[in-house]
Amino acid sequence: MIRAWLTQHVFVFFLTLKRIISTPITSLLSVIVMGIALSLPTGVYLLMKNLQLASGQAASSPQMSIFLKKNIDNENIAKIKQHLEENTQIVSFQFISKEVALQRLQQSNGFTDITNTLERNPLPDAFIIHTVQGTAETLEQLRAEIQNWPEVEHVQFDSAWLERLHALLQLGRFVVLMLAILLSTAIIAIMFNTIRLQILTKQDEIEISKLIGATDSFIRRPFLYFGATEGLAGGATAWFIVTFAIESINHELVRLAELYSFEVHLQHLSTGDSISLLVFSAWLGWLGARLSVASHLWQIEPR
Amino acid sequence: MIVFKNVSKRYPDGYVALNNIDLTVESGQMVFLTGHSGAGKSTLLKLIAAIERPTSGTIAISGQNIAQLELGAIPYLRRKIGFIFQDHKLLFDRNVFDNVLLPLQISNFDSKTVASRVRAALDKVGLLKKEKAMPIALSGGERQRLCIARAVVHRPNILIADEPTGNLDVDYARDIMAMFTSFNQVGVTVLIATHDASLLEDTQHRILLLKQGKLAV
Repeated sequence: MIRAWLTQHVFVFFLTLKRIISTPITSLLSVIVMGIALSLPTGVYLLMKNLQLASGQAASSPQMSIFLKKNIDNENIAKIKQHLEENTQIVSFQFISKEVALQRLQQSNGFTDITNTLERNPLPDAFIIHTVQGTAETLEQLRAEIQNWPEVEHVQFDSAWLERLHALLQLGRFVVLMLAILLSTAIIAIMFNTIRLQILTKQDEIEISKLIGATDSFIRRPFLYFGATEGLAGGATAWFIVTFAIESINHELVRLAELYSFEVHLQHLSTGDSISLLVFSAWLGWLGARLSVASHLWQIEPR
Repeated sequence: MIVFKNVSKRYPDGYVALNNIDLTVESGQMVFLTGHSGAGKSTLLKLIAAIERPTSGTIAISGQNIAQLELGAIPYLRRKIGFIFQDHKLLFDRNVFDNVLLPLQISNFDSKTVASRVRAALDKVGLLKKEKAMPIALSGGERQRLCIARAVVHRPNILIADEPTGNLDVDYARDIMAMFTSFNQVGVTVLIATHDASLLEDTQHRILLLKQGKLAV
């Protein structure tokens, strides 16, 4: 019984491939349309992700700079380290001594000449801390608390900037969601129509199969396979479009980076995201086909 | 056993095809259903296979009321029935063999036994040598026999034929009736609707006469 069932599915799968190949231009066109439609939300999503990465994970893990007073000795520094370790709101911290800070400044482009003219190191010792995710108020409280420590000259934390970035990313996510909903609906509609046209050419077969005892799932099966396969192909097309776009942008960014001497390049879709894209697109095709067949089968039930 | 109780069928346009039918067909019986065209023969046969639903009354097949059968159960009812349609309902995009294969594909038969089953059915109707032919290339009588092969390939308990000798000449018609008789002899319940009086002349089987939607026995 299971073998017969499996034989059926393998048979239907190859029948589906044959159907897709037998109308190459129609199939290709609908796959391309689905691919382009899916590549839009995927592309925007990927840009968002890169933006988040580029902003130094500021959104996911807020960062503060603590500048110490001048003439602080190692004992005081050790005391501050202990304070920081004890604070549960602080995820990690890094000590940057004034010597290291000066070195970094010398290495960064454009400052070499200036730093060479300095007689002494004007930079203070500093800590860079990463805090847990929090609202602007709780982070502001933390800033005020650290500011009160006697060794601390100044704590820099730009919460307004962080909030703006948060809002911007939120807006981006909303745009991705809107695009995804709209274009997914479009894909379902495309598949609905494709299957409807197929049903029209297969009407005899469907009617006769029903008359001699075919279940609805038997009749649906080839159309569902078709929808899922074309959806999957559409997803794969979207993946290639996005990958190609990222590659091209990265190519341009290299030239830009040379001019401004900084390093930046866009990340590709992760494996997880790629799999999600393919599964989701196959599901959309399946759903469009399912709705289309359901509406047709309902019309030919006995009254 | 097929039992009709107070069965009526009224179409949405108000036409009454069947009016208060009471009828019992025992298992293994062979029954002719006759009457003018429009007397309700086709409707009565379609009700048995749940191709149409009665407006009122109950229809029981082996004790199961099919007048109210839920949609999901209809396919399994139809698999117990072999139906020979008046308009043949052959698929012209596939050959003789694949036409007969369809009922077996539908009911998930094991692929090892299907080919021999299909050939056995084709052999019974004398079409074994034409298994690769396309239906369009068959004569009227051959198409009718192809329909019969498709109706019996899954070995149904009930065989229903709607005007099986419709446009055939007398010799062909006799051949086909002989086939039905042989199916009946192995225990299949057979119902045949026909308006061809010559078929009924020398039969010993039960004859039902439908007149304007009523049984006139």
